[in-house]
Amino acid sequence: MNIDSVKFRLGKNRGFQILIYVLAFACVVPLLAILLFIIKAGITKINWHFLVNIPKPVGETGGGIANALVGSIIIILVASVIAIPIGILAGVYLSENRKSKLAYWTRLSTDILQGVPSIVIGIVAYFWLVKPLRGFSALSGSVALAIMMLPIVVRSTEETLKLLPPSLKEAALALGMPFHRVIFKVVIPVGIGGILSGVMLSIARITGETAPLLFTAFGNPYLSFKLTKPMQSLPLLIFNYATSPYNDWHDLAWGASLILLVWVIFLNIFTKIITRKWKVQL
Amino acid sequence: MDTSSVENGMITRSDLPLRVINSSPEAVAKAKKRARLSFRQIRTENIFNKTLILMGLIMVILVVGIFLTLVVQSLPSIKALGPKYLWGKVWDPVQDIYGAWPFLLGTLLSSFLALIISIPFSISVAIFLGEYHPAGWLPNLLKNAVELIAAVPSVIFGFWGLAVLVPIVRTFESHIGVAPVGVGIFSSSLILAIMIIPYAASLGRSMINLVPSHLKEAAYGLGATRWEVIRSVVLPYTKSGLFAGILLSLGRALGETMAVTMVIGNTSLIPKNIFAPGNTMASVIANEFTEADKPVYLSALIELGLVLFLVTVVINMIGKKIIDRFTND
Repeated sequence: MNIDSVKFRLGKNRGFQILIYVLAFACVVPLLAILLFIIKAGITKINWHFLVNIPKPVGETGGGIANALVGSIIIILVASVIAIPIGILAGVYLSENRKSKLAYWTRLSTDILQGVPSIVIGIVAYFWLVKPLRGFSALSGSVALAIMMLPIVVRSTEETLKLLPPSLKEAALALGMPFHRVIFKVVIPVGIGGILSGVMLSIARITGETAPLLFTAFGNPYLSFKLTKPMQSLPLLIFNYATSPYNDWHDLAWGASLILLVWVIFLNIFTKIITRKWKVQL
Repeated sequence: MDTSSVENGMITRSDLPLRVINSSPEAVAKAKKRARLSFRQIRTENIFNKTLILMGLIMVILVVGIFLTLVVQSLPSIKALGPKYLWGKVWDPVQDIYGAWPFLLGTLLSSFLALIISIPFSISVAIFLGEYHPAGWLPNLLKNAVELIAAVPSVIFGFWGLAVLVPIVRTFESHIGVAPVGVGIFSSSLILAIMIIPYAASLGRSMINLVPSHLKEAAYGLGATRWEVIRSVVLPYTKSGLFAGILLSLGRALGETMAVTMVIGNTSLIPKNIFAPGNTMASVIANEFTEADKPVYLSALIELGLVLFLVTVVINMIGKKIIDRFTND
């Protein structure tokens, strides 16, 4: 057949269209497989005892993941407290000083930080906090996660504030408002949607991070509230128990995986809703 | 003359009639208070400005600090082992032999294999969402689903891979006649391929959206079919953007730790083929960092981290540069 004939070209067009449709939708298959498998394996393990008890030693059935849930929440809260103010203010700095030399370097650093593998941040947090304090601690884990949050918060703040009309800020300044009040009372409140979605996105990102916690928060089989002591977290528990040879522990890890997955997906959907409501572009 | 005059660009008030100053104690106290307030306001202003600069500086300090920490901590191994550490073929900490080649090879093999597997899928998603169906509920669903892949924690990918994918790969391996281990470079590449689809796909989609419609319309006007437009207008136009997306997903794949650690098999031998178990730079750090009992051992691991850091920084920078150039054109 002549390869220039219209029929052939139309057929080729159709063929590639079908190929692209198939390949595009094939991407959803592994996602569905993972979601369904985790739900199937995890749903039977989750009950009230699972949520309020700590893991039992090998051989005893039952036990839960209360220590990991509490630990995850504490570590993430502390990380957020560290990262959110710094991130938002750095983002404000970048949007206020677009041309300055430092802004260029800050922007470059933010880009670099975003691409740094999480395990490298774990190593660095180990030398910054674990070694000087002579022991694994939840605080060092929080700092490692805060470093991972920063670039996302900085970037989303900067991008949001860039889109605000300058007339808004100028009007406030013309009324004689001091600069810091303009930032806190006008600029940030107007851009809160975009900033918030960046914050939520960064929290969703660090919730599932395991690598930076391996040498910092380290994990703890017991319930602990002390920031200076090792602490368990959900992803750490999943990693440790999933790679163990015991079936009881695998069950625990499946339940924990389901909870982590639901948590992360919930955060993502929440971010989506905020993004849509405030019509921000991330 | 009773208006103010301009001298050297400054307004002087010398010609203005004198103001009558109210010097009663209440008035003085009031004026003092007002002056203090405005001084305080100026001070707050300055402090606020300095805080902003400090916050910007913190980001720079963090990155420089990360780099310096890695360099300083890997100095013992750089001094003791020299550059041949990078192509040393044996990693045996018990006998104090450190060679990073097995891990470099493992990282390169698993990342590039993952890239090759994922490219057709991510480009298809990009074309589907950018060209065929930019709007509608089904494309929206696909877009959200692909973004959700990026949200799933890597440890869950690893656990799923261990429980579901590894047995499948094992059966596949016994069919084609290699040692049916299951865990290995191939399994980790499959997992990585799934994990990095969203990065190239979403970037590719936004790049395809940037193609000027008059170019496409001109091609349609010449009688091109949709596929011909994609092949000879959209893809050539977005070439560099798509390349940047692939580069960024390569950066992700190189640094990915947990999922790989769980399914790659963790041996320090040089992988003989793509089905053999191995180790990547990230996974060997994750596995051995807390066990490293000798200073050189620990520092050799950190040197791996340094290499990983430098490689990902370079890859990300190149990717970002390409995107910037593309979007500014």
